[in-house]
Amino acid sequence: MFYREAGDFKTSYTADNQTFPIAFDRYRYYFVLIVALLIVPFLINDYWANAILLPFLIYAIAAIGLNILTGYCGQVSLGTGGFMAVGAYTSYKLMTAFPWMDMVTITLLSGFMTAMVGVMFGLPSLRIKGFYLAVATLAAQFFLIWLFNRVPWFYNYSASGQINAPERTMFGFAVTGPNAEAWVKYLFCLFFVFILAWVARNLTRGSIGRQWMAIRDMDIAAEIIGVNPMKAKLTAFAVSSFYVGISGALLFTVYLGAVEVGEAYGILKSFLVLFMIIIGGLGSIFGAFIGAAFMVVLPVVLRNILTDGLGWDTALATHFEFVIVGALIMFFLIKEPHGLARLWSLAKEKLRLWPFPH
Amino acid sequence: MKKLATMAIAGAMAASPALADLVFPDLSYRTGPYAAGGIPFSDGYQDYMTLLNQRDGGIGGVMTRVVECETAYNTERGVECYESTKGEGALVYQPLSTGITYQLIPRATADGIPLHTMGYGRTSAANGDVFSHVFNYPANYWDAASVIINQLLEENDGSLEGQTITLLYHNSAYGREPIRTLETLAEMHGFELSQLAVDHPGQEQGNQWLTIRRERPDYVVMWGWGVMNQVAIQEAANIRFPMENFIGNWWAGAEHDVEPAGDAAIGYRALNMNVLGDLPVFDDIQEHVIDAGMAAGDGTNLGSVLYTRGMYAAFLAAEAARTAQEVHGVAEITPAMMRDGMEALVIDNALMEARGMPGIGPEFAVSCEDHGGTGMARMQQWDGTTWVTLTDFIAPDDSVTQPLVMEDSAQFAAENNISSQCSES
Repeated sequence: MFYREAGDFKTSYTADNQTFPIAFDRYRYYFVLIVALLIVPFLINDYWANAILLPFLIYAIAAIGLNILTGYCGQVSLGTGGFMAVGAYTSYKLMTAFPWMDMVTITLLSGFMTAMVGVMFGLPSLRIKGFYLAVATLAAQFFLIWLFNRVPWFYNYSASGQINAPERTMFGFAVTGPNAEAWVKYLFCLFFVFILAWVARNLTRGSIGRQWMAIRDMDIAAEIIGVNPMKAKLTAFAVSSFYVGISGALLFTVYLGAVEVGEAYGILKSFLVLFMIIIGGLGSIFGAFIGAAFMVVLPVVLRNILTDGLGWDTALATHFEFVIVGALIMFFLIKEPHGLARLWSLAKEKLRLWPFPH
Repeated sequence: MKKLATMAIAGAMAASPALADLVFPDLSYRTGPYAAGGIPFSDGYQDYMTLLNQRDGGIGGVMTRVVECETAYNTERGVECYESTKGEGALVYQPLSTGITYQLIPRATADGIPLHTMGYGRTSAANGDVFSHVFNYPANYWDAASVIINQLLEENDGSLEGQTITLLYHNSAYGREPIRTLETLAEMHGFELSQLAVDHPGQEQGNQWLTIRRERPDYVVMWGWGVMNQVAIQEAANIRFPMENFIGNWWAGAEHDVEPAGDAAIGYRALNMNVLGDLPVFDDIQEHVIDAGMAAGDGTNLGSVLYTRGMYAAFLAAEAARTAQEVHGVAEITPAMMRDGMEALVIDNALMEARGMPGIGPEFAVSCEDHGGTGMARMQQWDGTTWVTLTDFIAPDDSVTQPLVMEDSAQFAAENNISSQCSES
């Protein structure tokens, strides 16, 4: 009724090509932006920032990054954790070596550094595919973690091998370190999420995104119609690693503040991000968001309900949290193998015809 | 939104001076690869707090309340636990994880809540001049390393010249802590130190023990935790390494670490920072807590190594709260007062006797400069059924650890622009 194209006239090609062609979608998008930008910062407290919103935003960036590589270009990667570590350690080295540098520059440089490393580890993808490529990226994961554990230069020779983010300010407000206000950290991450999601959405709609998808759907066919597989695969690795690196950098500088590489960026992190995009929906930016929310926010909410709401024993609640999240994952994947994003688009299809489906 | 509003109200209430009770958050881990150590420690911590409520009506007339939060030894969950419990008026945090401690040091200092990392965490926090809100009495890792070497020196007539010692450590901030001290000591006493790292969670140790088998070091010192300890002891038994030359630190010396290896574990030695055995306070816990059905666990851990240590941690926290009440003259203390209480804490034999745990730990006094206690520890040995205490409290070599503490804390102070805390007041 209200969700339809009819009556919404486009008078230029630009208008016709926009991301949200349906007016209702557009208003919903502006509404979410306004809430996130203008309302949430005034309500946010330490708990909401540090337990829910910051991890959600940061993992959403990582999920978008991996989705570009796996969901759009069809290259399976298990090296996400290692690439996040590259971002984090680049940030750390830059922050300690150049104390005057501002955080936006540091974070972007960390992304570029990770992109270079990602391209390097993406080279094998020109020769190997599928499960074999997954194993090659697994090697990247283990090698990078080993490297950051092994070479003391990366952690500035500290006794414990941990890296700690010193305090850095932007416009007079602390962004990193213990004195950073919740809303500053939130806005800082939101800024990156907004820009990066916007860029990703438009990249995947453009020619480069179409090349990625051609490679994903059938690489030989893509090559025949003139897609350069080397360029397509390596750009996918570069862009994906750039996103993953920024996410790793933010996880360290803004969210955790102190990091031990084996624990924070271990193989489990690679799996976590991979699960996010599988559950959210491969090849969908919205899927990356909803997947991150499912894997990060749902456990926290469940824990709060079980321990605070129902008064369960904490150990029991933790065990049940695994059971419930696991069962939900199976349920959603059986009901909709293409992920939660597909459910969402099906709902939109139905809504277009509602209330007269025939 | 409703949730946010209630949390805002909770936050406002926590900020106001009228507190209902003394809140001791317990960041425990009863799940995951480290649960075997986390469960008894948490049981001991909670049971002692319950005992204070049941038997004495709280501390200084104010009831205690333990808020438990499961971290699974994971730093991200540790941060979430910290944020979710600090609004309840938390007096002191004891995360029982070096990784989480590193996360919490800057946060807790900024929030003005003290941290007590008993025998773990950042060693250089012993320098209270820099780390105002972090306490690691009665002992820390560098003390432990020094105590082990001192004991070995005594056994070898004062010289370790030409001996080889292998450090088998958990590849994390926890396991890496003693390396610097051991390197300094190796230079001083002329022994050769080799290092073998074991990655989280510690089940894969085949390579490391192959190396040990090949190199045949005189001693193996272990910095392990969780499942790593059990695997290491089993592996040592498999290569027939002489058990009495295999020495764990105080987190690698509990019953559940040695029991899986059976008789092969006999002779394994470990440090302990508290005594074991039949303390009178256990009878009170049995009567007032476990028999009353209020135990945190199933009650079977009572008296085990880590249960006793958890209870000891609770005892130190309770005494610090009591000291804070005396110093400030109010019963309902705030985290800031708790910090003052911890800094003024004096533990002597009479006090330990009075609380039903005679000689459970060394006597020590905390001051503004010294947050680290004496650093003394005992050596214990597994005889197949129980841990036997071999020695009295052994003192560490402060001339080695103190300069390292000063150096590391000075670096931290410089990085974070911290000025001297003690000279101001």
